[in-house]
Amino acid sequence: MTHPPKDARGAVRAALARKGGRELWRSLDELAGTPAFEQLLADEFPRQASEPMDAVSRRKFLGLMGASLALGGLSGCIKQPLETIVPYVRPPEQLVPGTPLFFATAATLGGYATGILVESHEGRPTKIEGNPDHPASLGAVDAFTQASILSLYDPDRSQVVTHDAQISTWDALLAELEAALAAAAQDKGARLRLLTGTVTSPTMARQLELFLARFPAARWHQYEPVNRDNSLAGARLAFGEPLSLLPRLDAADVILALDCDFLACGPGHIRATRDFAAKRQPVATGVPGNRLYALESSPSITGAKADHRLPLAPGRIAAFARHLARRLGIAAAGEPPALDEGEARWLDAIATDLTAQGRRGHTAILAGEQLPPAIHALVHAANEALGNFGSTLFAIPAVEHRPENQTESLRQLVTEMMSGTLDTVVVLGGNPVYDAPADLHFAEALSRVKRRFRFGLYEDETSAACQWHGPETHYLESWSDARAFDGTVSLVQPLIAPLYSGRSAHEVLAILGGQAGQSSHDLVKSHWKSQASPPDFEAWWQKALHDGLIRDSAPAQATPKSTLAKLDFPEDPGHGLELLFRADPTIYDGRFANNGWLQELPKPLTKLTWDNAALIAPATARKLGLASEDAVTIELDGRSVRAPVFIVPGHCEGALTLHLGYGRWQGGRSLAGAGFNAYALRSTAAPWNAGGARVGRTGERWELACTQLHQNMKGRDLVRVESPAQGNDHGHHAGGEGHHPSMYPPVPYPGYAWGMAIDLNSCVGCNSCVVACQSENNIPVVGKDQVIRGREMHWIRVDTYHEGPPENPRTYHQPVPCMHCENAPCEVVCPVGATSHSEEGLNDMAYNRCVGTKYCSNNCPYKVRRFNFLQYSDYETPSLKMLANPNVTVRSLGVMEKCTFCVQRINAGRIKAEKEDRRVTDGEIVSACQAACPAQAIVFGDVNDPASRVSRLKAQQRNYSLLEELNAKPRTTYLSTLLNPNPALTKG
Amino acid sequence: MSQIFHPSFNTLSRASIFGAVFFVAGAVLLAGAIARSAYMTDAYVVREQPVPFSHKHHVGDIGLDCRYCHTSVETGSFAGIPPTKTCMNCHSQIWQDSEMLEPVRASYRNDKPLTWTRVHDLPDYVFFDHGIHVKKGVGCSTCHGRVDQMPLMWKEKSLLMEWCVDCHRDPARYVREPSKVFDMEWAPPRDQASAGKKLVADNKIRSLTSCSTCHR
Repeated sequence: MTHPPKDARGAVRAALARKGGRELWRSLDELAGTPAFEQLLADEFPRQASEPMDAVSRRKFLGLMGASLALGGLSGCIKQPLETIVPYVRPPEQLVPGTPLFFATAATLGGYATGILVESHEGRPTKIEGNPDHPASLGAVDAFTQASILSLYDPDRSQVVTHDAQISTWDALLAELEAALAAAAQDKGARLRLLTGTVTSPTMARQLELFLARFPAARWHQYEPVNRDNSLAGARLAFGEPLSLLPRLDAADVILALDCDFLACGPGHIRATRDFAAKRQPVATGVPGNRLYALESSPSITGAKADHRLPLAPGRIAAFARHLARRLGIAAAGEPPALDEGEARWLDAIATDLTAQGRRGHTAILAGEQLPPAIHALVHAANEALGNFGSTLFAIPAVEHRPENQTESLRQLVTEMMSGTLDTVVVLGGNPVYDAPADLHFAEALSRVKRRFRFGLYEDETSAACQWHGPETHYLESWSDARAFDGTVSLVQPLIAPLYSGRSAHEVLAILGGQAGQSSHDLVKSHWKSQASPPDFEAWWQKALHDGLIRDSAPAQATPKSTLAKLDFPEDPGHGLELLFRADPTIYDGRFANNGWLQELPKPLTKLTWDNAALIAPATARKLGLASEDAVTIELDGRSVRAPVFIVPGHCEGALTLHLGYGRWQGGRSLAGAGFNAYALRSTAAPWNAGGARVGRTGERWELACTQLHQNMKGRDLVRVESPAQGNDHGHHAGGEGHHPSMYPPVPYPGYAWGMAIDLNSCVGCNSCVVACQSENNIPVVGKDQVIRGREMHWIRVDTYHEGPPENPRTYHQPVPCMHCENAPCEVVCPVGATSHSEEGLNDMAYNRCVGTKYCSNNCPYKVRRFNFLQYSDYETPSLKMLANPNVTVRSLGVMEKCTFCVQRINAGRIKAEKEDRRVTDGEIVSACQAACPAQAIVFGDVNDPASRVSRLKAQQRNYSLLEELNAKPRTTYLSTLLNPNPALTKG
Repeated sequence: MSQIFHPSFNTLSRASIFGAVFFVAGAVLLAGAIARSAYMTDAYVVREQPVPFSHKHHVGDIGLDCRYCHTSVETGSFAGIPPTKTCMNCHSQIWQDSEMLEPVRASYRNDKPLTWTRVHDLPDYVFFDHGIHVKKGVGCSTCHGRVDQMPLMWKEKSLLMEWCVDCHRDPARYVREPSKVFDMEWAPPRDQASAGKKLVADNKIRSLTSCSTCHR
């Protein structure tokens, strides 16, 4: 039973004072070198059953082993049960049983589409890949989108219509709805209201207009808890209209991110990551092609990627932005509060860098959604002054249908509901009872409406507050369309007939708009028939469906002109303790709360799973006398929540970050008991940053499942960093691999030799690879209790290392799959030959041979093997059986498993090539993690082919192996990460 | 005190120790024989099917090509069980009143698939690809036997791993000209040893014995 003590900060400071030069650490306990941490390192699986070390239990253990060996042999005598084969009656076109088909469609998050290709096995979708033709994807895909396929098969999804929590029928619901509409028609809908999320779908926009035309006095309100109110308001201030600014980061030499996590958040973040990583490639030896400054309040993966990162409270970031605008000659910046000495030095350095010779039009300043509209407007003006419009930033009209201030929209609806005058409210999607700002008292207001209808994917908090709930279809079950961040229209086509009795949002809107009876297919197709008039509509439609997007449907990108009047800057709320509300990095605004893949996905930087926490800087925690996992009460404006504390290096001082989306109470099994509800503290006045909070200790502990210290490789030069200013601090330059003698005879690999290179300079730590692997390889979810015991099953993990002082460390990410060592230490210790080497250099794992000794995992220096301590795979739930990749074994209790380099894809690729009498071409076989990676950091291929991409990467100077001194000869190697610091900020 | 064991027990104990070796060896051999027996592998066992389909009649007598029904045997991993539509191609014209074929017609009429019992059923952790075996010249009859002589379908081979590996270790003993793959009457020629070697070289047949060739 090991868990490091929480308070080791005194020791941390002492340890830091002793250490000089580049030292990487993973946690504050490691930095302090506490004995408990050392124990954690020594344990293979922390907190597993204790090892049988005393004599009596050892004897008993051996006895049990012998018995289980004998019984294990007997299990081989069981005859296989009879199985059936069910062919089609009439075979569908194109379908060859056993061969997957791919269909293009689009997934939306917050209304914005990402083009995807969905793998379908005999009609059941199993895996989501990016659509290479789609501008928001370019072949990559994020963790949310990939995990949405689990939501499709989620057994907790709403399956039937309910009326006052009793099972009912669609006929009854529709009769009631029609009656309500007939009553509303009397006064033109003056007492009828509709609430949806952000709408970018052209078909839905048309339907909404029809609805509003039918009921001229009715209103349509829109609300997303993670909305774009501030940036749209900022654009209105700067340009007079709600423009969307599209960055082209592959053209930006210097990027300044002001509290803007552009690599993880917002529409178009996948594309932003791709462009950023492309530009990040070294131009000269060891110098990346761009420089990123990040000023941020809460640590983000963008900050981790920055060459210079400064933790600042939100108010200080706003002040900094105003000073910067003044420097650039923008009068509207007014008289900002003074900067302190350190901030002024940063301002100097950044302003000089942005305005340096030849930089005009090659920089970009990006403002985060949390910043007030006036700062967004200033940033627009600053970008214009730097000549960035038309070169690194382009404007398009807002992609949303009728963009409006959604918080204001919701407030108006609540005011009307409170007054008791409304007759009917229809809530389409969303979950406002849970995620509306607390000061609106949405649930109470809703209860004063006579007729309440709700359509949603889950029977959640909002459903419980409505009399009628109708199940909505998942996007993989229905027809629709949506716009991407740049306005490109994607068609959404179903991959499977609705699993339950769901109806799509279009079908519900059709009833409201007087088009009742039309299917969503008819609605979408007829809309486009009326919009597009190609000579052959059917061919045009088929092509759009095939491509997954409508070509040339994006609006023209323009160079905007800003005109700034006097701006009103809000008061800095930064007095007392500030609360920062942010979308959760894995479950977003709470819509994915019942998604086990995302719940168990370690959050970037904190590595928390199954919980959110009040994130706090080490210094602030010290001041408040708090330690990680302390349960506290957080109070703001008379409302309070109970939350666990988690100390995060690099957090700004005097603030707590609260991630939204947790603490839900209805809508599934997985979300039960996970985290606390940050919405309970959120208000309309301060949706992102709120000052004046109070923290009270409860004296209790809230155990968190943090994976940061699991599978630890014990230091030893794992992440290599090169910086032109400082040279390579690691003694031996990457690429200069020493040749170690070996007692094993050399093994020839005459055919293919598979290998992987991971470019740490490109990797941003977004977690997309982890979910891609989970989806491809049928990796089970184990639950919070098992994660605490170090038993999470992910085959690829993203390790996070810090360097430097805990107040503001540098942060590095490192994805670690199986290394597929040529001299694999795991193979030689397996007593049953369950893990062995393939002719092509793969480290194979034969599950049906494994008897579960775990020796291999013990002997693996990279800690990449995972053991099925319990029956984690779900063999029972019918809907989840449909999710499994049929080309990968679903593992059972008691066997070891690990990354296979996606051997099912290798075999399929090799067979395809051999059938065509040719060799596998470079890039033909793509591992799941590689396909998903938005930064293209992972490259897989044949290392025997000197022209392959992977060989060329491995030939670079930056290439190195992990723990090279062990001479395991890993086939997975890394390319060191590069820094491009500004000399003006590194001095002194 | 008299001795407990009679001196003859010395001989007896020697004999039983000696005999135990044979007993254990015999038990192991017996277990092996049982595991390989048709009793365990279900080889030669005819399964009850919704329609008593005769390969002997369709292949042997009429001379249908394997690929008329098993359409994806060259392209896919799964050879394919014909959809009801394939049966009805002929049986809408001939034997259309046959009592025996009523389940087929019912399936087509009601759009309800026929449910066959698997005869060749590999364990779920084994991944087999028909297409590549056909491409490399492993004939149908090599694994499935003389299907054209089977009135009802049975499994000719054990499908045990040792049986797979036997060929994977040395494919030269079993492969044939790719053009003869669907030839039911093909028998290994006298010079299979040398002809096989040539085929292995010509068709770039590799002896794949890595675990991940079949297990993943």
